[in-house]
Amino acid sequence: MTNVAEIQDAVREARRVRVRGGGSKPALSLRDCEDDAQLLNLTTLKGVVEYQPDEYTFTARAGTSVAEIGAMLAEEGQYLPFDPPLAERGATLGGTVAAGLSGAGRYRYGGIRDFLIGIRFVDGQGQEIRGGGTVVKNAAGFDFPKLFVGSLGRLGVLTELTFKVFPQPPAFATVTADFGTLSDLLSALDAVTRSAIDLHAVDFAPTEEGWTLWARIGGLPHVLQERAQALQTVVSAGAGQTRCLSLYQDQKEESLWQAARSMEWLAQGMGLVRIPLTPQRIPAMEEALNGSTMATRRYSVGGNLLWLGWPDESTSESGEEDSSRDLHSLLLALNLQGVQLIGRARRSPIEGSGIDTDGGEDPLLGRPLQNAFLRRIAAALDPQGKFETW
Amino acid sequence: MSGHPLIGALSRLYEADRLLTLPAQLMAYESDALTVFQQRPAAVVIPQDRAEVVETIRLCHEHSVPFVARGSGTSLSGGSLPIADGIVIALNRLDSILRLDAEERIAVVEPGVINLKVSEAAKPFGLYYAPDPSSQSICTIGGNVAFNSGGAHCLKYGMTSNHVLGMTVALPDGEVVELGGESLEGVGPDLPGFFVGSEGLFGVALEITLRLLPIPETYRTVLAAYDSLHAAGDAVTAVVASGLLPGAIEIMDALAIKAAEVGAKAGYPTAPALLIVELEGEESAVEAEFAQLMQLIEETSPLEVRMAQTADERARIWKGRKAAFSAVGRLAPDYIVQDGVVPRSRLGDALAEIDRLSASYGIDVANVFHAGDGNLHPLILFDGREEGALERAEELAGEILELCVDLGGSITGEHGVGMEKRAFLPKMYGPLEMQAMEDVRRSVDSQSLANRGKMLPVGEAESLTHVGPHPLEKAGVIFRE
Ligand SMILES: Cc1cc2nc3c(=O)[nH]c(=O)nc-3n(C[C@H](O)[C@H](O)[C@H](O)COP(=O)(O)OP(=O)(O)OC[C@H]3O[C@@H](n4cnc5c(N)ncnc54)[C@H](O)[C@@H]3O)c2cc1C
Repeated sequence: MTNVAEIQDAVREARRVRVRGGGSKPALSLRDCEDDAQLLNLTTLKGVVEYQPDEYTFTARAGTSVAEIGAMLAEEGQYLPFDPPLAERGATLGGTVAAGLSGAGRYRYGGIRDFLIGIRFVDGQGQEIRGGGTVVKNAAGFDFPKLFVGSLGRLGVLTELTFKVFPQPPAFATVTADFGTLSDLLSALDAVTRSAIDLHAVDFAPTEEGWTLWARIGGLPHVLQERAQALQTVVSAGAGQTRCLSLYQDQKEESLWQAARSMEWLAQGMGLVRIPLTPQRIPAMEEALNGSTMATRRYSVGGNLLWLGWPDESTSESGEEDSSRDLHSLLLALNLQGVQLIGRARRSPIEGSGIDTDGGEDPLLGRPLQNAFLRRIAAALDPQGKFETW
Repeated sequence: MSGHPLIGALSRLYEADRLLTLPAQLMAYESDALTVFQQRPAAVVIPQDRAEVVETIRLCHEHSVPFVARGSGTSLSGGSLPIADGIVIALNRLDSILRLDAEERIAVVEPGVINLKVSEAAKPFGLYYAPDPSSQSICTIGGNVAFNSGGAHCLKYGMTSNHVLGMTVALPDGEVVELGGESLEGVGPDLPGFFVGSEGLFGVALEITLRLLPIPETYRTVLAAYDSLHAAGDAVTAVVASGLLPGAIEIMDALAIKAAEVGAKAGYPTAPALLIVELEGEESAVEAEFAQLMQLIEETSPLEVRMAQTADERARIWKGRKAAFSAVGRLAPDYIVQDGVVPRSRLGDALAEIDRLSASYGIDVANVFHAGDGNLHPLILFDGREEGALERAEELAGEILELCVDLGGSITGEHGVGMEKRAFLPKMYGPLEMQAMEDVRRSVDSQSLANRGKMLPVGEAESLTHVGPHPLEKAGVIFRE
């Protein structure tokens, strides 16, 4: 697909349409399709349409790579503050919006939903429709850009996107701290997130001996050291026992977050699942994972998001019934929801439900998403059911 | 409509003092803050809990009677104007903060909670609710949600939408759904985001989960006077280009300064233009940024510069700015506020054109605006008792909106389309977009009962160009008094 007209024709002619960007979230885009489905590859619908640094906005076609945009913005000292993930794996802007992905920086100024201000999309009848606008503030009409964040290609084909951007702080610093127990970590998290310190990001993850916390601040370089010290004080003053405290700056600091954005911690061959939650739900989540060694993971956005590495059923050899690998049931029991981005998690057949393991293809895990509002919106935008249903 | 079976059904749900049908009782609900439009509803109901709201909506649906949710009625675009022979659901008694969880930094509130009350309740925990419309001491969270309301401090942290995590909503047929949750992140389409700003067309928000932020450690506010709006605008460009990210950047022109003086005794310098810039955050960071900011401002040759050194001085600067709207009422008997947005770099062009229009119409226009995000608030002054004055003021307002669209902006940044600007929405969006919005609306609300006649033009009769009397006025549906 190199132009919108091609997409429109394809949508009009095909019985079903599935969309794919850079393939960095294969669980969403490279699934086995029904025979009558036409797969639209959008990586060729790319390029920046307009970039206005003094307006803090740019517009680009949906297949444009996140990496290219990052480089373009950096030249003007600007950035997308929500740290769009998986750029190195070829993530496109459209795929990032459709998957609804924000990274660690989401903590400070908001997520992809807050920075996407305008879209064009092809609806289920092959019409190209514009939503939102190109100015940073706009309250006119329904907010289609927000609706398409997390739409997973099921409401329409995104063709063009307009984002708001921010000036990038001239320097960053990150304080890391090690904790012996989860509860020590969580009390430090509480202290630091309720303090008046302007955190850009707060992530944490289990280690072999306990937990590590990363807290990031940014701003003018000559006061950063002083602020980092204040941050260290808050981190270690919580009820929790801090084991080791370090300060990172400059290139080393940047590479910490670069590694987070590209999910470097994710072991080869593991699937990746994104699970929104809140800090208060983390103890239950950890209990359910039961110190699981098969799950590598990283909590992000101040404990509002879990990136979970989980054995990938599509590559694993073992056919044996191991119910502890059933992530869908685990999330259901916690009343949480997850989206599979890479690989496939085991989903045991629900007894007597008549649903067989084919459901294992569905990237949506845990509590069902269905609701009447979404159903009615989808019926309007895609009356013939060309896109995947919810 | 007093004999209508719906009224009978409602009278079984509400005691007499919470079901208003007499003209004298209805009067207070006949308009919102856009007082040029007035309309008498069939009845006003005053529910006390969520179940009554849902049942009312269900009954309206059953009887095919349109309804309007109402918070404090401070809409400036006719959003809460009643529908003729429709029901007004006044939500003021659903005013409980149901939960304030300092650890999760969220507040779960009923829709009738006043905006400022949320920050007041959160203050003991060192937290606050960021969106701060000038009307925050009276407007409700439900109204804020419907309009995606903003305020002076939205430049950095965004509008209402950026602070709503989840909602319980009654769809226009009474079906209750949960949207979003308590996490900053979600799965699936951003449904709370889609509901916010839908101007009541998707139903009624019954419960709203708001994100709270830690109160900034310190603020530094500077007020600079300039010899022209253009010079103040250039200063904004310099600030934006510097990479600083202030919490607020506001401009007021001479007439707005005068209004603030008359209304709030702000003690502002007398000048053709005033710029307010505020930084917020950690003490040491703000100090460093402020030094940079002051240097920038000195380079823009201001006539005078004042820095707020204390919380009191800061409050005084903002008092004048926040009072400017209502204070304009002291300069002229009537005014219309417009709310268009232009790309920031076109602010100068837009203001020059507004100036020209003001002169050619012979109508005074005061300008107060969120310069940081290009959101204009021209206040068009007139005397409604003068024959044709309102019509001319509206015509001027219309030209300003078209100007905003022509410059690549929007017809509304935060006040909503409502009743007032619905004829202009099709100027911003093409027929396909209008159809898509109408399709979604119809699919959500098959009978178009929820806030019918707002935001989207209804039916064929309403022409897409609206100059002069409102289409509904021509149709004899609404009146001006
Ligand atoms: C002096 C003054 C200053 C103002 N300053 C600002 C400003 O700085 N920024 C800004 O953005 N606005 C401003 N406004 C406009 C207005 O205050 C906002 O639009 C506000 O959000 C309206 O709140 P309300 O409670 O008065 O709602 P209402 O006027 O009662 O209702 C507004 C709309 O919301 C709908 N609604 C109400 N409750 C619900 C609900 N629970 N569910 C669904 N829909 C609902 C109504 O149907 C209506 O369409 C100002 C107004 C005045 C009079």
